[in-house]
Amino acid sequence: MPFLLFGIASVVFLVSRMTPGDPLVTIVGERNLNNPDIVAAAKAKWGLDQSVLQQYFAFMKNLVKGNLGTSFTTRQPVMHDLWQRLPATLELTMCALVGGVSVGIVLGVLAARHRNKFIDHIARFFALIGSSLPAFWAGLLLLYVFYARFGWLPGPGRIDPRGIAPNRVTGFYTVDSLLQGDFGLFKDSVMHLILPATVLGWGVVGIVSRLVRASLLDEFSIDYVRVARAMGLRERTVVNTHALRNALLPTITIVAFTFAFLLTGAVLTETVFSWPGVGSYAVDASRNLDYPAIIGVTLLGGTAFLLTNLFSDIAYAFADPRIRLS
Amino acid sequence: MTDVISPPRRLRRGRPEWLRGPALIGVVVIAVWVLVALTVPLWSPYDPLAGVAPRLQGPNWHHLMGTDQLGRDVFTRMLWGSRTSLPVAFVVIVSSVIIGTVVGAVAGYRGGWIDAVLMRFVDITMAFPPILLAMAITASLGPGVRNALIAMVLVWWPIYARLLRAQVIAVKQREYVESAEAIGVKRFTILRRYILPMAYTPVLVNATMDFGQVVLLTASLSFIGLGARPPSPEWGAMITEGATQFYSWWIATAPGLAILLVVLAFNYVGDALRDSFDVKGVV
Repeated sequence: MPFLLFGIASVVFLVSRMTPGDPLVTIVGERNLNNPDIVAAAKAKWGLDQSVLQQYFAFMKNLVKGNLGTSFTTRQPVMHDLWQRLPATLELTMCALVGGVSVGIVLGVLAARHRNKFIDHIARFFALIGSSLPAFWAGLLLLYVFYARFGWLPGPGRIDPRGIAPNRVTGFYTVDSLLQGDFGLFKDSVMHLILPATVLGWGVVGIVSRLVRASLLDEFSIDYVRVARAMGLRERTVVNTHALRNALLPTITIVAFTFAFLLTGAVLTETVFSWPGVGSYAVDASRNLDYPAIIGVTLLGGTAFLLTNLFSDIAYAFADPRIRLS
Repeated sequence: MTDVISPPRRLRRGRPEWLRGPALIGVVVIAVWVLVALTVPLWSPYDPLAGVAPRLQGPNWHHLMGTDQLGRDVFTRMLWGSRTSLPVAFVVIVSSVIIGTVVGAVAGYRGGWIDAVLMRFVDITMAFPPILLAMAITASLGPGVRNALIAMVLVWWPIYARLLRAQVIAVKQREYVESAEAIGVKRFTILRRYILPMAYTPVLVNATMDFGQVVLLTASLSFIGLGARPPSPEWGAMITEGATQFYSWWIATAPGLAILLVVLAFNYVGDALRDSFDVKGVV
């Protein structure tokens, strides 16, 4: 784990030095190259007048201090930007994750109970669409239908553009608006979450339902299910209280993988929905070749991925007593 | 009646077991798209780059998917889009499989410190969400289709290296490999003729599934502005243009449908292959 963190930082350093030409450009931006003061300061801070090895140490030292450089576009420290934007992404991905996993489990159970029947094929088609759909395109289409055409749901953004964002406590607009007791704002932020969370969650549905179906079918062939059926229990009881509990264990491990999927989706979904999160920050940064910001987001993504892996391992140990014993 | 034991010829030559239902449709869809990509310059309905009609027409008989903000035929551009996405995905997958095979085979067969070093590197690369790393690399190299392609290969090969390594390690413990070593067959020959043929199936199955994902990633990078740039008819770039003409829904719909069709086809085929060969994913 610490090794991987270290490795992630090293890869990011490598990527940041891959730019053809002067690494100075990637640190201060083209516009500031003519300003001798800024150039000298940056050189000193990142060790650019020294060897690559020393540059690497300077990079690591700055990293440990939480210094990721200054974004060219926002002119703020990248760390500050990321901190500002992280809650928006977390709010969106959590909604998508909860929604996607719930629908995925239901679909997976339905598919397994009606194996190779019509329902199974439909569930599978729905799930495969989810992993084949370009998120940015689906977002555009949903916006066109539900917002522009029929006006059932609000457009892009986290809240109505005329509204005022709630005071930041957690950074989750839904939670913060409730803390303020502003139910109008709460409703508004929930409505704004529906479309992007649907786009993002659909992919999760595919991953989860496929897994739940497969592991439920495995459980069905084990003796305890046969016993439960022979005892004359209702099929619903057999599935929901006996087989499903065991079949859901592998789903926990998939959460880490799903999270990577969500991060990928968030990058594109946030762009379409003008969602002010880390994903759209990454896209803006890429479009403007804002290197410090790109590097910051990549680092954050890698670290987040590691943490979810760790988290899912721990959760698995909690859910499965056999692992705790061994 | 001398060859009763050998399996009937007909069974082996006939349609493979997995090639049924949706997977068959998937193969047909892929074949049609490949044909389109190869031959569209010969029969292209319109010029994909020139305005040929009034701007922003909705779908009609002359322009099946309407025209865009420059009066270009959207359907024609969608067809031409396959000439970027499919070759790029092909090159990315093939290069990744080759690199992954070499690294995975060497790591798995040699073991020891070579294995440790190579696999640590694979672990680190796979610790990133693919799109973020691909974005960072493309942005560093400079936007463009070629650099996006390089970035995707760099992000993608570790998957196959890890898969193949696990297989090679499993196969290498078989007795027939041991006996080959005992009679002094060269190591390279053992790897090539004795181990790899037994180990490559999961890599090929996963490569099929990933083909669709790479098509998606290519379009995503272009959509973000790191791959193909707008005048060129590439699916992701076309959707970017369509997004600016939000109320002319058909401009973005056509390329989106094209992506969906191709990726769905590959997913169905890969799914069927996976079930048939009983291969586990890299999850």
